[in-house]
Amino acid sequence: MNQHSHSLPASYDAAPLELTRRAWPWPLLTLLLVAFVLIPVLGDDYWLNAILIPFLILSLAGLGLNLLTGYTGQTSVGAAGFMAVGAFATYSLLLRVPGLPLPLALVGGGIIAAGVGFVFGIPSNRIKGFYLMVTTLAAQFFLEWVFTKFPWFYNYASSGTISAPRLELFGYDLHSPLGRYLLVLTSVVLLTWIAVNLVRSQIGRNWMAIRDMDTAAAVIGISVDRHKRLAFAVSSFYLGVAGALWAFAYLGTASASSFDINRSFQILFIIIIGGMGSIAGNFIGAAFISLLPLLLNQIGQGLLSGMVDAGQLQNLQKIIFGMLIIWFLVKEPEGLIRLLANLGERLKAWPLRF
Amino acid sequence: MTFFLETLIGGLLAGTMYSLVALGFVLIYKASGVFNFAQGAMLLFAALTFVSLQEQGLPFALALILTVVVMALGAILIERTVLRPLVNRSQITLFMATLGLSFVIEGLAQGLMGAQVRALDLGIEDVPLFWGDVMVSQFDLVAAATAALVVTVLALLFNRTRIGVSLRAVADDTRAALSIGINLNRIWQIVWAVAGILGLVAGLLWGARQGVQFSLSLVVLKALPVLIIGGFTSIGGAIVGGLIVGAAENLAEVYIGPYIGGGITPWFAYVLAIVFLYIRPAGLFGEPAIERV
Amino acid sequence: MTPQMAEPILQVQAISLSFKGVKAINDLSFSVRRGEICALIGPNGAGKSSLLNILNGVYRPDSGEVVFEREHFRGIHPLEAARRGIGRTFQNNALFKKMTVLDNLLTGLSRHTQSGFFAQALGLPRARHEARQFRERAENILEFLELQPWRSVAVGKLAYGQQKRVELGRALIAEPRLLLLDEPMAGMNAEEKHEMSRFILDINRDLGTTVVLIEHDIKVVMGLSNHVVVLDYGRKVGDGTPTEVQSNPEVISAYLGTVH
Repeated sequence: MNQHSHSLPASYDAAPLELTRRAWPWPLLTLLLVAFVLIPVLGDDYWLNAILIPFLILSLAGLGLNLLTGYTGQTSVGAAGFMAVGAFATYSLLLRVPGLPLPLALVGGGIIAAGVGFVFGIPSNRIKGFYLMVTTLAAQFFLEWVFTKFPWFYNYASSGTISAPRLELFGYDLHSPLGRYLLVLTSVVLLTWIAVNLVRSQIGRNWMAIRDMDTAAAVIGISVDRHKRLAFAVSSFYLGVAGALWAFAYLGTASASSFDINRSFQILFIIIIGGMGSIAGNFIGAAFISLLPLLLNQIGQGLLSGMVDAGQLQNLQKIIFGMLIIWFLVKEPEGLIRLLANLGERLKAWPLRF
Repeated sequence: MTFFLETLIGGLLAGTMYSLVALGFVLIYKASGVFNFAQGAMLLFAALTFVSLQEQGLPFALALILTVVVMALGAILIERTVLRPLVNRSQITLFMATLGLSFVIEGLAQGLMGAQVRALDLGIEDVPLFWGDVMVSQFDLVAAATAALVVTVLALLFNRTRIGVSLRAVADDTRAALSIGINLNRIWQIVWAVAGILGLVAGLLWGARQGVQFSLSLVVLKALPVLIIGGFTSIGGAIVGGLIVGAAENLAEVYIGPYIGGGITPWFAYVLAIVFLYIRPAGLFGEPAIERV
Repeated sequence: MTPQMAEPILQVQAISLSFKGVKAINDLSFSVRRGEICALIGPNGAGKSSLLNILNGVYRPDSGEVVFEREHFRGIHPLEAARRGIGRTFQNNALFKKMTVLDNLLTGLSRHTQSGFFAQALGLPRARHEARQFRERAENILEFLELQPWRSVAVGKLAYGQQKRVELGRALIAEPRLLLLDEPMAGMNAEEKHEMSRFILDINRDLGTTVVLIEHDIKVVMGLSNHVVVLDYGRKVGDGTPTEVQSNPEVISAYLGTVH
């Protein structure tokens, strides 16, 4: 039975970030090497700023939502609300706690977001399905309102916006694109590692059991309510950190409207397109979501230059996005990750056909 | 007291609009089990189509008929391309598909008919009326009467026509309805078309007040708490829920708002809905599901 | 150790339950001794599944009590039932369909988990050690139920009979003292039924687990159980050893006569 031990969490073997214990995970190490060494050496500021940083942060946010929606089965359309909590909480910590190091401020922001998520998760003991989804919408609107209406949260700035008072670590300034990229990358890698541990642990199994059939989960001894609340809290922690990074490492200056309902939908689309209940799917979904607009822009400028204005391009983008969502749901409900896995299978089998 | 009454009545009248949107939701949910997030986008599309046709110089009635035809064609298209391929899939999947659908419809609406705010004049004068001391908006009153008329016509259709009967059969027991030869796809097309027409009515009434523009599609977000309070499956619930939300929202903004910074309408209805939910997890009129294992 | 001599592990005392005014169970009392295999039989709608649902807390009776290991319960919470060692399988398989066979078994160990959130999130040695222990227990179950070849297959893709076995394994891995099985052999052919009977007998003999099961196949019931309770319209019409029950005229007219 030992030869199987390394495949203990066998249901997630599609994840490229899988951390196996026995064999060296070469693809993963290569990926990390590229991300930490090659890209910093080769990548120019445009790539870092406009593509890699938002891609990584959106992946992280997708990961957070996926833990709640993809793994625990609690559909949320309030992801951006919890991102806002993380952003504003981190801002407050940096501003009001002198000398607090940046990583601690990020973790603190995440913890505060987790607390808020926990509170909004409390109704999940009685409220289910669509009804619960509407309570996440309540969180979205309520939180947006809080961060608009109470000037304390944005330090009474007349613009209503927040920007990081300091972005430094051990005396190093992290304001450069490279500095921000490395900050984001490190956060994402660490949190992804924890997420992989979690979904393969007993907690992760309990979450998935609740997703697949919550009455049965209770009967076999899983404390359903507690695990739902835990999923809300952990998910909100991830979203909170992602929100803080979005505000300070990507946008630079943010306000409550940076985290409106459209952001929530965007995160939801990432996990639908990438793959519900898949860690790697978040990265693929986020890549897709952040690259598609750039691609459409290029095509728009190249093929239809002058014929189509920016507004029309945006409408076109919306239509294409919407159709893709429907197409994915119809054709590949398990997302791009399943599509890639199938492709991989076929490639493996390909030489055998001759 | 007069002020309280004005606030209450104003809220109730605005609530009829919520009811109208929620009704479209309930119809679709009952007939096809779909939580249709695209209801707001359909409303925007219908209102924009009507305004655009009117701007081309078409008379009111003709524009109205053409818009109804467009909405019916849209319903058939949606049934063919979205609902039919997703049949037997989970409700959450269907919901997400309507999220995608709302993007497509919004993009199409603004792409084809422009994004600027369009004025819409239905010829209803908005002069205040007085009932004793209490001031009531005439426009709101006409709007509420229209909503009531639409609901009555719908109720008659459902109770008196063959289509209405088959529709109720589908809502009660889809499998049984199928077994007696009811064409489910046709029912879906009809229901989505009716929801589109409800969207048109609501869109016109709303658009006449605040102009026809993108924000009309956000009405869907107003309708959600209404559904929660009334229950997804109850037509009466949609109506009562709309009135409750409209009145509570108005009263809260006036009487609670000033103490906590104002502007609480975007979320107040939701908090109200959660409180309702906690007491009645399937809405006021919804049937609580018995869990079978 | 003849079960007839042992003390009762479970006593049902004057239980009644109704749904929307319709009586599903009417003033039902019987007891199950430690170590026996007790079969509940009766026509469809006799209240058998409802009774199991009361025993492990899915439903709450309108009146009456359940005594499990000398503790009295009116309505027990499903979690509490699981914690006290009541395991359960369902008539229509309540498995976690998207999860693998192995993961499904492991969920049965949830209430035995000692390591906390941070230990699991950070993969601390404590959590890893526990994961290995759990894995071993799961492997034992896989071996016992002959499910090894399907270890990594999503449960939803398995045949119905195999799913029934997985569900049995999921209940078994937590080492329950009382096992409630709702039609464990429904939809099986003779060979599969024979296999499942063997598993149940082994569990009962080797682990000393008390079993309460619902089964329609009278031949299976007579071969498997040492105690039979017959229900009809929510009332008890027979209670005794298989031979006693078989010769009870009321039982024959209520059940045996009508079905066969």
